[in-house]
Amino acid sequence: MGRARTIARRTFLTGAVAIAGGVAFGTYLVRRDPQNPLADGLGPGAATFNPWVKIDAQKITLITPHADIGQGAVHMQATLLAEELDLDLGQFDTEFGEPAPAYHNTALAGEGTPYRITDQGVVARGTLATIGGLAKIIGLQGTGGSSSVADSFDKLRAAGATARETLKLAAAQKHGVEGADLTTKSGAVILPDGTAIPYVDLAADAAAIDPVRDVPLRAASDWRLIGKPTQRSDIRAKSTGTLSYAIDLQLDGMVHAAVRLSPRRSGVRSFDAEAARTMRGVVDVFPITNGLAVLADNTWRAFRAAEAIDVTWQDAAYPAEQADHWKAVEASFTDAHLDTSLRDDGDVESALAADAVRAEYRVPYVAHAPLEPMMALVRVTDDQVEVWTAHQLPRVLQQQVAGVTGHKSGQVVLHNQYAGGSFGNRLECEYVAVAAEIANQVRGTPVKMTFRREEDFAQDFPRPLGMMRGAGDVDSGQVRALALDIASPSPIGSMIGRLGLPQAGPDIQIPAGAWNAPYGIENFRVRAYATPGVAPVSSWRSVGASGAGFFIEGFLDEVIHAAGADPLEERLRLCDWDVARGTLEAVAEMSNWGESLPEGKGRGVAMVESFGVPVAEVVEVTDTPDGIRIDKVWVAADVGTVVDPVNFENNVQGAVVWGLGHAMNSEITYSDGMAEQSNYHAAEGMRLYQAPQIMVRGLETHFAVRGIGEPPVPPAAPALANAIFAATGMRLREMPFNRHVRFI
Amino acid sequence: MKLRVNGKDHHVDVEDDMPLLWVLRDELGLMGTKYGCGIAQCGACTVHMDGIAVRSCQLAAADVDGDITTIEGLGTPESLHAVQEAWVETQVAQCGYCQSGQIMQVASFLDMNPEPTDDQIDAAMSGNLCRCGAYPRIRAAIRSAAGKMAAA
Repeated sequence: MGRARTIARRTFLTGAVAIAGGVAFGTYLVRRDPQNPLADGLGPGAATFNPWVKIDAQKITLITPHADIGQGAVHMQATLLAEELDLDLGQFDTEFGEPAPAYHNTALAGEGTPYRITDQGVVARGTLATIGGLAKIIGLQGTGGSSSVADSFDKLRAAGATARETLKLAAAQKHGVEGADLTTKSGAVILPDGTAIPYVDLAADAAAIDPVRDVPLRAASDWRLIGKPTQRSDIRAKSTGTLSYAIDLQLDGMVHAAVRLSPRRSGVRSFDAEAARTMRGVVDVFPITNGLAVLADNTWRAFRAAEAIDVTWQDAAYPAEQADHWKAVEASFTDAHLDTSLRDDGDVESALAADAVRAEYRVPYVAHAPLEPMMALVRVTDDQVEVWTAHQLPRVLQQQVAGVTGHKSGQVVLHNQYAGGSFGNRLECEYVAVAAEIANQVRGTPVKMTFRREEDFAQDFPRPLGMMRGAGDVDSGQVRALALDIASPSPIGSMIGRLGLPQAGPDIQIPAGAWNAPYGIENFRVRAYATPGVAPVSSWRSVGASGAGFFIEGFLDEVIHAAGADPLEERLRLCDWDVARGTLEAVAEMSNWGESLPEGKGRGVAMVESFGVPVAEVVEVTDTPDGIRIDKVWVAADVGTVVDPVNFENNVQGAVVWGLGHAMNSEITYSDGMAEQSNYHAAEGMRLYQAPQIMVRGLETHFAVRGIGEPPVPPAAPALANAIFAATGMRLREMPFNRHVRFI
Repeated sequence: MKLRVNGKDHHVDVEDDMPLLWVLRDELGLMGTKYGCGIAQCGACTVHMDGIAVRSCQLAAADVDGDITTIEGLGTPESLHAVQEAWVETQVAQCGYCQSGQIMQVASFLDMNPEPTDDQIDAAMSGNLCRCGAYPRIRAAIRSAAGKMAAA
C-alpha cells in the first residue's frame, strides 16, 4: 500500500479523474472481474462469455464500449474480437453496450502519470499498474487519450479467444468429441468430420457451462484481420445517409428544444420571452440554469423562438476582454504558479550565455466544433432517465445526469450513439445536463435538445490558450541547451472542476509533448505554470501537446538554425529513443530530405511524442505571390501494430488536416465576456482546396501497441511554421498563422 | 404546400420561410440530410433541386420550385449510386456526418462536369467542410467516381 499512498500524495490529474488521496485497495479487488453487464437480461438460450460477446440462437453481438467519434473505434474493437473468435466481418452485430465498470479503461488512466514512455523502470511500471488497478476499481470507462487500441488490443483478443474456446467445449460435449480435435472458422465450430456447427446453434449449450479462461493468444503470423485492409463496418451506412446519429433519432411524442444559454457562462439578468411564446409551434419557454429553454414542435421553430428571446446576462467570472486573458497568462510565470518541473537535465542556467536565442510563443483558445452540434435526446420518468447521445465518459455522464434530475446514477440509462465528430468535446457533460434539466421539467415527454451552431460555439470549452518563453544555446554547430517555460490554464483541472471533483494536483498536460520530448539535450529544462482565472477550458484533440508540441518544435528549430545545423540531422543527433528516431529517418527518406528545391519552396520538420506515440512530419510549402500554399506532408508514426492500415492512414491524414487547419486560421477570442466567433465563417479550419497531399507510413517497432487519433496533430503546426521559415525567412511564433501570413 | 422529394409528392403545412432542411428532417423524417451550421458555411445540408446541388438550410420552403433529391433518393445501401460506390471503396468517411452533403455535392458536380480538373474539384468542393479532414480520400473518391460514371 506504500506505493498507493505515494501516488495519492503526488495527486497527478489523470485524463479523467483525480487520483485523490486516501485510496486503499488490495490485489484481490483488482483481480476480481467486474460483473459482466451482459448477464442481466440475457434471454433463454443465450450465452455471454465475457462483457464483450453475446450469442443467442439468432445472432452474434459484439459489444464495443469505446465510443466511436469518427476514429473507427467500433470497427477496431470488432476486428480484435473477431480475430480470435474466428468471425468474418459482417457476421455479427455491434452494440456500444451499457455503461459498466467492466468496461474500465486501463490505458487511459495511465495517461496522467509523470513518466516518459521510454521509462519502463520499476517505479514507472508499478505506478501504471497501480493506477490501472484504480481505474478498474472505480470503473473508469472512457474513450480519449488515443487509448482505445492500447486498452483493447490484448483485452478484446482475449475475450474473443475465451468465447471461441468455450464454444468449442460446448460443441465437444454436445457431439461427444475431443475438444482438441475441433477447429473454428467463419462463425462455426468445425467437427472432425468437417461438419460446421454455427455458433448460434451452440448458444444454449455454451450458456450452460462455465466460460473457459486463460486462453493463449494467437501469434501475429496467424492473424487474418489485424494488419490487413478491411472495410469499416459503418462505411456503407455513412455513405448512404442511413447511419442514425443521436440528432437523427425520433421518439413518439418527442418535442424539440433549443436554448439561449449565457455566452458568459453566467446567470440571466433579465429576459422577455413574450414574442417567443407566441411564435408558431412553440409549446413553452422557461428558465433553466444560466439561460432559457424553448420547447417547440420542430427544431427550426425552437431555434427561431430561442433567437427571439430578449435577454441580458450577468457578467462573466473570467476577464471580459481577450487582452486580459493574455495578461493573466503572462503573469503566471512565477514560483507561486509553478505546476511541474518534469525535465531538468544538466545545468540550463550555466549553459545559457548572455546572447542565447530567446523567443516567446503563443497559442490561442480554439473551439472543438464537431459538425454534429452538441445535442442530446432525453426522457425522464419518475424512476428512470434515458439518454440518447454520443459521449466518451458514459459512467461519469450517468452521475452528472443523475445529479441534475435527482435520480440515482444506476437509474440513468445511456444509449450511446455514433458521434458526428468530437475532438474532445464529448468528454464534457454540460450539453447533456442541459437536455436533462429541460426533460426533467416535462417528465414523460422525450426532449431532443439541439444547440444552434451559434450556441455550440458560445458554449464550447476551448483548447487552452498558452505561452512559452524559451531560451536555447548552441556550441560548435550543435544544440547544447534548451529551456522552456510554459504557462496555460489546466485543461484537466478545468474539466474535473466541472464534474465537482477536487482539482488538486499538477496537470501533466500543460507541458505535454515538451517535457517528454525524446531528445537527449545536455542541458534541458521544461517548467510548467498553471494560469488561474481565465476562461474554462477542455481537452481538444491531442490536448496539451497541441500547444506545447508547437512550442518546443518551433523554438528548437530556431535554436538549430542558430547552430547552423540541418533541422532534421540535428534532431536525429539529439534523439535518444530509437523508436522516435525511426520516425525521423522514415520521413527523411520519404521526402528525400535534403534534395534541392525550386525557388520559393521550403520544407520544415517536426517530431512530437504524445500519448506514447512518436510522430515525425515534413511539410513542404510554396511561397507564391498570392500567399503560402501547403503542397505536401510526409508523416511517419510508430504505434507498434497497425490494426487497420486504411483507417490508420485516414486518421493520420485527418489529424494532419486538423493540426494544420487550426494553426492556419482558427482561434476563439473573448470580448465583453463572450466568444467573438459564432460559426464556421470565423473559425474555418482547413477546406478541401487547401488540403495538401499527405503521405503516411505506419511503423511497427514500438514495444507497445498504441492509438493514432491524436498523435499526428502536434507536429503539424510546428512543421508548417518551420517550412514557412525555410521558404520565406519569417518565423511564426503565434497561432493562428494567418495573423502574419496569407494562405491560399 | 406541395413538395416533390425523391419522386414522391408531399403536402406540408409549414411557414413560407422554413428552410427546406427542416422540412425534410422534422416534417418528412428524412434524416440523411444534416444540420451543421445553418448559414451555408458547411455544406452538410446539400440536396439537389432538379439535379443542381443547393444548400437546403438556405432554401426557404416557399422558394422550392423543382424536384428535390436527398441522399436517400440518390442510392441505397443495397443499390449504390456510382459516387456512393466510390465512397465505400475508398472508405472516405470518418465520423461521416458531412458525407451526405459531400456526396450530393459531388453527384451534381460530376453530372455537369464528368471530367473535372483538380482546380475544378477544389472549387466545387471547398464549400463542404469536413471537420475530420477526410479531404485526401474525398479527392480520391471523386476521381474514382468520375471513372465509374464515364465507364457506365
